[in-house]
Order: sequence, then structure tokens, then C-alpha cells
Amino acid sequence: MGETEGKKEEADYKRLQTFPLVRHSDMPEEMRVETMELCVTACEKFSNNNESAAKMIKETMDKKFGSSWHVVIGEGFGFEITHEVKNLLYLYFGGTLAVCVWKCS
Amino acid sequence: MGRGTRKKDEDSGTEVGEGTDDWSQSKATVRPPDQLELTDAELKEEFTRILTANNPHAPQNIVRYSFKEGTYKLVGFVNQLAVHFSQIGNLVPKDSDEGRRQHYRDELAAGLGEQARTLNSLAMSCQGSQESVKLVISETENLDEDEEPKEAEAEAGSQTDVPVAEATEKATEELVTPKQPKERKLTNKFNFSERASQTFNNPLRDRECQMEPPPRTNFSATANQWEIYDAYIEELEKQEKNKEKEKTKTPVAKKTGTMATRKMTSMESQSDDITKVSQAAKIVERMVNQNTYDDVAQDFKYYEDAADEYRDQEGTLLPLWKFQNDKAKRLAVTALSWNPKYKDLFAVGHGSYDFMKQSRGMLLLYSMKNPSFPEYIFSSDSGIMCLDMHVDHPYLVVVGHYDGNVAIYNLKKPNSQPSFRSSAKSGKHTDPVWQVKWQKDDMDHNLNFFSVSSDGRIVSWTLVKSELVHTDVIKLKVEGSTTEVPEGLQLHTVGCGTAFDFHKEIDYMFLVGTEEGKIYKCSKSYSSQFLDTYDAHNMAVDAVTWNPYHTKVFMSCSSDWTVKIWDHTIKTPMFIYDLNSAVGDVAWAPYSSTVFAAVTTDGKVSALFLIPLSLHGKDRDVAQSFYPGGPTPRPGGAHVFDLAINKYEAICNQPVVAKKKNKITHVQFNPIHPIIIVGDDRGHITCLKLSPNLRKMPKDKGESRLGELGSLCLGTWGPEDLSSGQLGAGS
Repeated sequence: MGETEGKKEEADYKRLQTFPLVRHSDMPEEMRVETMELCVTACEKFSNNNESAAKMIKETMDKKFGSSWHVVIGEGFGFEITHEVKNLLYLYFGGTLAVCVWKCS
Repeated sequence: MGRGTRKKDEDSGTEVGEGTDDWSQSKATVRPPDQLELTDAELKEEFTRILTANNPHAPQNIVRYSFKEGTYKLVGFVNQLAVHFSQIGNLVPKDSDEGRRQHYRDELAAGLGEQARTLNSLAMSCQGSQESVKLVISETENLDEDEEPKEAEAEAGSQTDVPVAEATEKATEELVTPKQPKERKLTNKFNFSERASQTFNNPLRDRECQMEPPPRTNFSATANQWEIYDAYIEELEKQEKNKEKEKTKTPVAKKTGTMATRKMTSMESQSDDITKVSQAAKIVERMVNQNTYDDVAQDFKYYEDAADEYRDQEGTLLPLWKFQNDKAKRLAVTALSWNPKYKDLFAVGHGSYDFMKQSRGMLLLYSMKNPSFPEYIFSSDSGIMCLDMHVDHPYLVVVGHYDGNVAIYNLKKPNSQPSFRSSAKSGKHTDPVWQVKWQKDDMDHNLNFFSVSSDGRIVSWTLVKSELVHTDVIKLKVEGSTTEVPEGLQLHTVGCGTAFDFHKEIDYMFLVGTEEGKIYKCSKSYSSQFLDTYDAHNMAVDAVTWNPYHTKVFMSCSSDWTVKIWDHTIKTPMFIYDLNSAVGDVAWAPYSSTVFAAVTTDGKVSALFLIPLSLHGKDRDVAQSFYPGGPTPRPGGAHVFDLAINKYEAICNQPVVAKKKNKITHVQFNPIHPIIIVGDDRGHITCLKLSPNLRKMPKDKGESRLGELGSLCLGTWGPEDLSSGQLGAGS
């Protein structure tokens, strides 16, 4: 009984947690929305290859907002970064992924 | 033959060509690369075929008629020549006549100095010293004395070596001298020299500057599964709560709700703080205003002019608030309209009636609760000439501009741009728009309104989705003018509409006033002809309006100083009021069928007329003129009339504007409160309270208000009048 409930919860969780959850951002509204959409697109496109997703995000961001973007995608990591002000986005996606996008040249 | 050998052959071939004949002379068998390889037998085979130069295609049997012998004769000789390629060359052999002629010409041009130079250089190459050259020159001088200057020049030009064709070996480089441009043409193309030069390199310079690096900050966090999970769970709970909240408020679709709230939460952290306090600030502002204008508010609510009881029928106007805004300074009030839903809110259109000084326009919405500052401000490039607010959607304001555009402003949208706007493409008017009016929604429930302009068009505008679609309803024409005016001047045939009003009950019927002073009764369904034409005024009709209670009666005013009241079934006016200066606007009171207000301008003073109606039917002089203020009306006064009390005189005639140069332009009754607003040409709006005498309701409440005017009309054209034959011009 408990187990099935747990499973159900798990499924619920998986189903519900598809939206991106911004943990921290100091970007302007417009940029943030765009970056968020980009992250979602990349993570959905390369759902089983974080490296490709990170690469895609980085390259697109470089193109759109100037060079020196850095992207980290992973299920578990710690970090301390120096970033340019108004150029940081740290979000969770899909319930298991953390994405950190920042600019520092 | 293999490839290698072939290549070798080619190589050797070129070398042979060069003439290294000491070793290759003996076995220089040059073979073409595609030569057939033949066996000995084949080589030895003899071919008896002889190759001739005859053209195989040349006919062999040409006959010509010989006159000498009188018979056809075979032509023995056939031309075997076939031309495959020909080109006219431009080389001239040196020895030919032409060549010699050219040479001779050149020599003439260059003069005999050439000869001298030849000698010169010859001498130099032989002896190699300047002095000897001079010596030779002197010799030549002796020979041809006339060559002296040229020679000197030649020497100066090229001191060291002078070119000569064959004489000197090193002279070839110096062939090009400015003296013989023609010689250059004939130079050997394979004998040239290269010259090179180097320009001065621009010096390099270093410039440096240093900028502040973009500001940076540090950020650190740890991402792991349980943190992510916790964050999501927290977010979900928040969403759940929001959903519940939303459900209690309005059952909106779940997804949009959550999306919106999420956006809200994220927005809140970033939006500027000023918006948070806007609501509170508004309330405080109103409180302050209420405090400041406390006496005015008290007057508005409670003050009744006690003198009215003793004044019999006349009344007074009590000035209440004054509205003005710095941004609309010096912009005339061109339109006034109360909001149909919020009775304390009214819209003011600002523009200019001075057609030489047109500038920008403003649309301001004031509330009586805040007389110091408008609730809404919209500005436009072109002056606003008219406006109207929608009855069902009180947040929609349609305005007509001086440049012929119409635009719809949405008060719900914060930006100051119109939500919809006509353009040159979408059938805007070519002249100022004088009046706009919202209509009932059409059959597809699209919003629509009408506009009238000096360009003679009455246009119906429909709001289809996000576009303004226009339909010309009527084009005004001046009757009979086409025949009178010469053909070239078709211009006069357009009637310039200045005002219109739609019948309260009969949907299709409306009245149009024109600059020519005529009033047309039109129907929406006939675009080519008018139902009726009234020769109303001698000057432009400024306003025309139906009585709100009596469906047959309408009123018009004009710059010819008159206000006229009509029965639309009768071609002549029921009443004429001469107000002794141009009448800018008239308005029926909302509470009585017999009261109306008019404003006049005479250049110096303005007056406001409020006119009540109640007549008794014994008057035969229906179309006579009335002088409301008496024969010499008090200028600059506000005048109030009630036809039910006195149809000859204004029951109120009172100055409204402080300064004498201000002219009143418009007047509007508040739909429920006993107040009116008047606007002047300096952008001020004054709110005035009607004293009790001015707002007398019809005594008999059981009988409708229309009864008053009805009886008035009946009285005017009542059966007893008809029977007694006392009917005036009304019939």
C-alpha cells in the first residue's frame, strides 16, 4: 500500500516537475525569460546528454548576448563562481537537473 | 608509348626548341603524342593514294552559257579555296608603303632632333664623356642651326643615356620619354622594363585606455537531488495555495492561473517599488483633495440657493470646481463627455478651434473626486475635435482628430497610445472630424461608431478583431450646386458635415448639420438621398441634438447666433432663440424635456444658456424669434431657460468665465447630479451647480416628462389651433 502510494507520488512528481524553477537570477526580465526557454529547449532536446545540452546553451547564449558564457548542467554539484552582474541564471529543471548559466569574460 | 616517355619527349622537345643542339641533334625524332603505333608490315605497306589540295565539296559540273558560242559550256576551273579563318590585322610591315609613311610621319613629328640625339648618344657611347658630347652637339649645331633649343632640352632631360633603337645596347630602358609619346606605340611589346617604387610607410602610433571592468559578483550554491526535490515540492505547495485562492476568486483555467501567479511572484521581486504604492497614493491624493476642497464638496452636496424661493422662476448657477492641467494649457476644450457608468468621471478633449494655430491634442479624464489632477492623460499629435464614451464599455473612448483620424483609447490599458487608430490606408477623413458617436453593437456583436467630417463623408467604423473597418454611409452634397457652378468647380458640391445625432428610438434615422447651415435628415440605409432637408441656419451648424424624451423634437445651434427647436416632421422651426452671439454648443437637460443649455461666444464674452420649456398652445407665432436675455442680453452671462416656465427668456443668465477673453466652447449636463460642466478655449473646465429653480422636475410625475414637451408641441400644433386656423409657419 505504502509502496504504491510512494510510486504514485513519484509519478506525480515526475509529471509535475517538468517546468523550470528559477532558484536565482539577476538577469533582466526579458533576458531571463529567453534564457529559461533556451535551457528548457536544450535540456529537452538532449535529455540524456547533459554535455550537448550545455554546449547548445553556451553557444546560443554566446551568439545572442555576446561571448564568454559558461554553462553547467548536472544532477549534483557544488560551485562558487564569479559572474558579471545581471548575467546569472540558476534554475532547476525536470525535477532532477540543475542548470547554471553565467557570463564572465 | 607510356606516359613517362611521352612526358620525357615533351620535355626534350622544349629543350630542342631552345636549341641545345650539341647532343640532341643526332636523335631528335620528335613524335606527336598521339602518333599511331604501327607494325613493320603496316609501315611497309604502300599507299597509292595521292593527297591533293582540291576541295572535295567543290562542284565539278558547273555550266555557264557562253554567248560567244551560243551554247552551255562546262566550266573547267573551279575555285578550290576554302577560308576557315580570317582576321584583319593591325600590324604594318616596316618595309611596306604604309609602314614607311608612318615612319616618315613620326620622324616629322619628332623632328630631326632624333637624328641629333642619335648622333649624340653615338658619340657618348663611343667616348663616354660629357665634354665630347657637347663637342658633338656643337658640331650638329653647325649642321642644323634651327635644332638648337630642342637639343638643349634633350640633353637636360636625359643626361646619362639617351635611347636609340639599335645603336646602344643599354639604351632600351629609357625608351619612354615625355617627348615621344608616339614612339611608344610602336615599341616592342616583348621588350619592356619593370619599375618599382616604395611609398613612405605611415608611422604607427599606440593609443591605450583602460575601462572599469564590468561589475562582477560571486555566487555559490550546491545542487543535489534532495535540494532540487525540496525546491520543487515547496514550489508545488505554493502553487497549490495560489490555485485555491484563485478558485475562490474566479474559476480560471488552472494552468494559466499557476503561470500567472508564478510570473507574479517572480515579477514582484523585480518590479519597481513605485507601482506598489500607486493605489495607496491615489487614495491619499483624493483624501487631500477632499480636505482642500471641502467647502466645494459641501456646496455640491448640500447648498441650495435660498434666494430661489423669492425669485419666482429664475435660478442661479453656483460655480464648484475648476479643472485645469498644465499639459493642456492653451488648448481649447473641444469636447466634453460624462462617463455613462461612473457619474463623477468625465472626459475632456483638447485641441484648437483656431485653424491657423493647430498643435497637439490631449484627452484628459477628470474625476470630481480629484479636481486637481486628471485620472487619465493621453496626448496626441493632432488636436482632438470630438469624443464619445461607449455606454456598455465605459472604458472605451473614441476620439476624432483634426487631421481626420479617428482613434479609440482604452482606459484599461496603461500606455498612452490609442488601442486602435485609423490611417490614411483605412479610410480616414481628409478634414477635421467634427463628431463621433458610438452605436449599438452590430449583428456580429462588433463595436461600431459613426463619424462626420468636413470632407462630407459620414463613415461607419466597425471594430473587427483588432482592425478598424470603415464604410461610407453617406456623402453629403449640396443640392443644386452642380448646375450653378461651372464645371471646373466641382469642389463646392461637397457638403461639410459638422454635427450629427442619432434618433433615440428609430435606429436608422439621424440628423446631420453642415457648414452651409442646412440640416439633413438621413437614413443609414439610403446613401444617396436625404429623407428631408431643413434650411436651418445662415451659418455653420455647431450642434444638433434630439430631445431625450420627446422623440420628434430636436434642437440645433449655429454660429449665426440662433438656437432653433424643431419638430422633425415639419420643415420650419418651432422656436428660434437669438442669443446675440455665435452659439457653440447646446445640450438638453437629462431630467426634463423642456430644459436646455446653450453656450455662446462673441469674441469677448461667453454665455451659457439653460432653457426650460413649457408652452401653452395659444401662440401662433411659432417661428418667431426670442430674445432670451431681453432685447439687450447681458453679455458674459449664463442663461437658463425652462420652456415650461418661460419660453421667451432664459431662466438663468450668468457669467461663467472669469476672464473676459475666455470663450466658452462646450457644455454638458451630468446625467444624475444637478451640475453642468462648461469648457472654455483656454483649457479650463468649470463645474456649476444648478439652483433649485433650474432643475424643476415636471410637476406631474405620473405623466412622463415627455408630457410637458408633448403638451407643448400639441399645444403648438394642437387640434384646436388647427381648427381655429391659428397655426403659424409651423404647418
